[in-house]
Amino acid sequence: MAEMNMVEAINLALREEMERDADVLVLGEDVGRDGGVFRVTDGLFERFGGERVIDTPLSESAIVGVAIGMAAYGLKPVAEIQFLGFIYGAMEQLFSHAARLRSRSRGQLHCPLVVRTPYGGGIKAPELHEESSEALFCHMPGLKVVVPATPRYAKALLQAAIRDPDPVIFLEPTRLYRLLREEVPAGDIPVELGRARIARAGGEVTLVAWGSMLEKALRAAEGFDAEVIDLMTLVPFDSETILASVEKTGRLVVVHEASQTAGFGAEIAATVAEEGIWFLKAPVRRVTGCDVVLPLPLLEDYNLPTAKQIAAAVEEVLAFD
Amino acid sequence: MPKKTIASFAVSRLEILDEQGQVDERLMPDLDDDDLVRMYRLMLLTRLFDQRALHLQREGRLGTYPSVLGQEASQVGSAFALHPGDWFFPAFRELGVFLTLGYPLSEIYQYWNGDERGLLCPENLHIFPICIAVGTHIPHAVGAAMAARCRGDGIAVACYFGDGGTSKGDFHEGLNMAGVFQAPVVFIIQNNQWAISVPRRRQTAATTLAQKAIAYGIPGIQVDGNDVLAVFQATRQALERARQGEGPSLIECETYRLADHTTADDARRYRDPEEVQRWQRRDPLLRLRRLLQRRGLWNDRLQVEAEEEIRRRLDRAVAREEATPPATVEDVFRYTYAELTPRQRRQLRELKHG
Ligand SMILES: Cc1ncc(C[n+]2csc(CCOP(=O)(O)OP(=O)(O)O)c2C)c(N)n1
Repeated sequence: MAEMNMVEAINLALREEMERDADVLVLGEDVGRDGGVFRVTDGLFERFGGERVIDTPLSESAIVGVAIGMAAYGLKPVAEIQFLGFIYGAMEQLFSHAARLRSRSRGQLHCPLVVRTPYGGGIKAPELHEESSEALFCHMPGLKVVVPATPRYAKALLQAAIRDPDPVIFLEPTRLYRLLREEVPAGDIPVELGRARIARAGGEVTLVAWGSMLEKALRAAEGFDAEVIDLMTLVPFDSETILASVEKTGRLVVVHEASQTAGFGAEIAATVAEEGIWFLKAPVRRVTGCDVVLPLPLLEDYNLPTAKQIAAAVEEVLAFD
Repeated sequence: MPKKTIASFAVSRLEILDEQGQVDERLMPDLDDDDLVRMYRLMLLTRLFDQRALHLQREGRLGTYPSVLGQEASQVGSAFALHPGDWFFPAFRELGVFLTLGYPLSEIYQYWNGDERGLLCPENLHIFPICIAVGTHIPHAVGAAMAARCRGDGIAVACYFGDGGTSKGDFHEGLNMAGVFQAPVVFIIQNNQWAISVPRRRQTAATTLAQKAIAYGIPGIQVDGNDVLAVFQATRQALERARQGEGPSLIECETYRLADHTTADDARRYRDPEEVQRWQRRDPLLRLRRLLQRRGLWNDRLQVEAEEEIRRRLDRAVAREEATPPATVEDVFRYTYAELTPRQRRQLRELKHG
């Protein structure tokens, strides 16, 4: 097994899936010769050629729209949007078509498409390069939303996403791309979409996080008897694992870097309120980004939850007996 | 029924100043000696500002920065034709236009250093904020132009974007709307041949970008974008048409991005160094300088003096930028809505008091 960062792990997943299945192809801006602006698709163009690793014009709506047509025809396109903040021009294709193709054709057509995109803050990049608007996609039935938090699971989840029969939005936390290294096995890593994972076991408080916040939640958990759940798939999400954990701990803190109002944390808190209120010994706490337009690099740190803030929230809920 | 031609079109290209600094006198715009020297100084300012920005970035004193090296003529030349009342909608690589219009130097550094306050436009200028999402500002420019006409203001709107921008749906929808409503807007394509790693020929199968205007019923022209006089002339005519109520136009400035896409890019991965060298020989500054020297308006001493003076200005701008007190956490909240929401007020309180 080799140690890899997330960029290398995703690259390996793409390479292996393309080798396994001739229907898998990659398209997007700069994914070919340049190997992607983060080098995620490095070497694929040389290995698979321009028919399967397609540098497109600067056309997000067409990238997703074309991928929908390819998917409906029977291929398995993996479209890259260079940064999540540039996907907004393709929302019509995602919402009006990718999400509805199965329904509109009464099951005759479907859309096994993956849209990969770097997302999230903490990299000091220009405007629109650090968005974490995952909740927008979660609210649109018909789309699945996946967010890996470590190299190993990035590979496993991308494999599962490519093999999934539905359109999947695959959000890659840019801050983690080169931050962590981990053993990543070659070949299939069995993981199902829709399942969360206990990243750290504990008994007194449950922390739920995804993407780049998992690493911070794990740091914050040190010194507490905290259980940390890596949600991995936001839609459909694994409420069972969360409820089982909250039944054990009686306390819940949800962490996300997206803004608070109508963020995905609200969905988790509401689910626990509906289905597990009798487990709770303390109110549910959310640690999130602020309800603001994301600041540029000089002030962006104000907006990103810190391990310290997460630890403070943990202490707060632990104060309830 | 014979098949017959019902419409046919031609695309023209304008060149005035050649690489040796010779001009085609018949096409020469009526610029006096002072204008020519001012143009050259602005191009030099743009080049040296850009150089300084790259140095600052390498020293960690600036964030990701997109160089304009090689595009000075198409930016200064086009901006030189704008009138004070006109509106300007930039993409993100229009440094030369900002400098020509007199935007404060320190604020430009401030913006690329990741501080929103650099976007605060001085009141006498009409500049929309830098647009990072490629091409998405094109319809805004059309809207502003329609509004100006609606108000009866005799101004024009200039909208800049790259060759990559012409692939976005917003480009097509914007141009179509402008054509239908004859909006007083001039679309200025900075065709620098590359959208990150994707060359112009992979951006469109069309022979020129200028011809895209034809489909929308708009006049389009290609100009040598390294020829400041051709760019100026074409832009001035298009702006004049717009101000006279004759509708929109499109100008393709054919130029070249000599540097990496941004400081986060490495163009050697996808670009032939020989191509870069070929374009280096067509340096837009050198061309105008040769013309000025021919006319006795410039010499080596003036060059040294101008460079020194500009460097001093840049020193002052950088010093001012770096001495600006840091923005506060309030700044993060202040402009999302006209007033803070109750939840924002709580979030701000929590951030300030732990
Ligand atoms: C909608 C959108 N997609 C992708 C990007 C990422 N990106 C930034 S600049 C760029 C290339 C732009 O090319 P062009 O429009 O020709 O302008 P140039 O950089 O050449 O000046 C890309 C792909 C973006 N900023 N916006």
